[in-house]
Amino acid sequence: MSDKIQTKRQSRNQEASESTIKRSLGSKIFGYGSLTIIVLVTLFPVYWMLRTALSTSKTLFSDPTSLMPVNFTMGGFARALGLSTNAQALAEGGSGASVNFSLYFMNSVIVCVILTVCQVAFSAAAAYAFSILKFKGRDAIFFLFVIALTVPGIFLVLPNFLLIRELHLVNSLFGIMLPGLLMAPFAIFFLRQFFLGTNLSIVEAAVIDGANHFRIFRQIVIPIAWPQIITLAILQFIGAWNDYLWPFYVGSGKPESTVLTVGLGVFKSQTPQGSPDWSGLMAAALIAAIPMILLMIFAGKKIVGSIQASAVK
Amino acid sequence: MANPVVAKRKRKSDFLTALPFMGPALIGLSVFVLIPGIRGIYLSFTEYNIFRAPKFIGLDNYTRMIADPVFWNALWVTLEYVIINIGIQTVLALFIAVLMQRYTRSTVIRGIILLPYLFSNVIVALVWYWLTDYNLGLINSVLDFFSIDKFTFFSDVTAMPTIALINVWRHVGYTALLIFAGLQAIPKDVYDAAAVDGAGEWRTFRSITLPLLRPVLAFVMVITVTGSFQIFDTIAVTTKGGPIHATETFSILISKTAWGNNEFGYASAISVALMVMLSIIAFAQTKLLSANQSDMDR
Repeated sequence: MSDKIQTKRQSRNQEASESTIKRSLGSKIFGYGSLTIIVLVTLFPVYWMLRTALSTSKTLFSDPTSLMPVNFTMGGFARALGLSTNAQALAEGGSGASVNFSLYFMNSVIVCVILTVCQVAFSAAAAYAFSILKFKGRDAIFFLFVIALTVPGIFLVLPNFLLIRELHLVNSLFGIMLPGLLMAPFAIFFLRQFFLGTNLSIVEAAVIDGANHFRIFRQIVIPIAWPQIITLAILQFIGAWNDYLWPFYVGSGKPESTVLTVGLGVFKSQTPQGSPDWSGLMAAALIAAIPMILLMIFAGKKIVGSIQASAVK
Repeated sequence: MANPVVAKRKRKSDFLTALPFMGPALIGLSVFVLIPGIRGIYLSFTEYNIFRAPKFIGLDNYTRMIADPVFWNALWVTLEYVIINIGIQTVLALFIAVLMQRYTRSTVIRGIILLPYLFSNVIVALVWYWLTDYNLGLINSVLDFFSIDKFTFFSDVTAMPTIALINVWRHVGYTALLIFAGLQAIPKDVYDAAAVDGAGEWRTFRSITLPLLRPVLAFVMVITVTGSFQIFDTIAVTTKGGPIHATETFSILISKTAWGNNEFGYASAISVALMVMLSIIAFAQTKLLSANQSDMDR
């Protein structure tokens, strides 16, 4: 019965969308034209990064509008990865300053993977307590997390930096991850919404059967919520990968605690003001961007879905 | 008393079970949000350089702030940034979202449009700093090629709008996607009804799409405006607040005051002021945009 209504509605929707598709030629040209321009404006700077990264810095001036790399070389990448000698770097227009983006890359991977895994796991556990378990004061405690959600990050950077400094964790990867390791207010909020909105009568049945909550959490709730958990992990990972302010103040003092974004800033400030090493800089920027480009190519659908889901929830 | 079983079940609380579940998160919240939050407020009433213990000075930081032209400059610079950034970004995102809804279902297109959001602010800033470079940047080289005067993108007048537009490039796809999700949630029947009534495209957009989109727009505006107010990364790797104070937004000023001048007390006072402003704005936005949420039950 309800199936019938469903199909009826679907076919009506289809008719509607078909009728709206019949547009005048002019509006079609405008629509597809605008979309093309938007796609070009989005992608061109990414191409320009690649084109510059593969050029020789010193001779960029000879043909600044060329769409192809000027004097093709992998030197920019070699400099960014700390593989070229000082003399080589200087000859190609590098600054000769030491940067090592393979190290920064590893640091970023370590920080972001550990941070994302711990944050999502602890947040999921907390969300379970705030939705499925029942106890006095539950919603009041949860409200504290909602307040935390609205506190602007910059306000907490100062006192948290002082705390990390007192713990002697400045210039360590652990100091960078510590404040976010145990929870993220958004993560708790997001998963709690999901748990509350899902029919979990199976959980109640399990409770009555005498299963303990740790087992229910691990063997029932986590599998049901897995797509949401992955969504959340992706969102948190992107955020952590791109963070700059916090890792700059906590980790920029030593190469061993410098993450990619911070390393890029350091590289930029080391190149001479008059003639920056644009090829090296763009190569470094690309190295930092590669995981995100790969993520988009292989999990684009999931990411697009994740972001859309975060709007309607 | 009449039904002891029910009474017993009512009294049973999961609190002890809940403790290990929420324990880590509660520790995280207390140690890295609540206590630092209180400490930040306390420090705003002190004179504190990192080497000596904080000295309580009452409201001095706040009276100093009100008389400080650099503080007011930060307010105007930040507002200029937010207005240009959010204004252009929201209109453009709405336009892109409507385009996507009408002309394409392609996830690939949505993925491409979202791509800049996956790059860090630092990468985006560097790429555009390069494209807009005065000597060798592509834009000025093209202008030069056509014998048009080169344009200084980072002068005291143009730097803030340039940075605002750079960040539009990074965030517009993300914002468009959120709005697109909102558009998808509007039932088709409403459009059919409008079409039957003979409403034109613009009329349909104004009287149906926009009002029904309001909850999503409110959500989008609250996130993007609070984010926009805290602009830091892009400026930190390009102009660093200059030329002179032309791009010295709140976050830049706070970091300069704390780490540059070692005045952690005064910097805390400025960040308290910023937080209060943000709370008022977020509150006002929610009230303004979702008051009269009649339109559809969501």
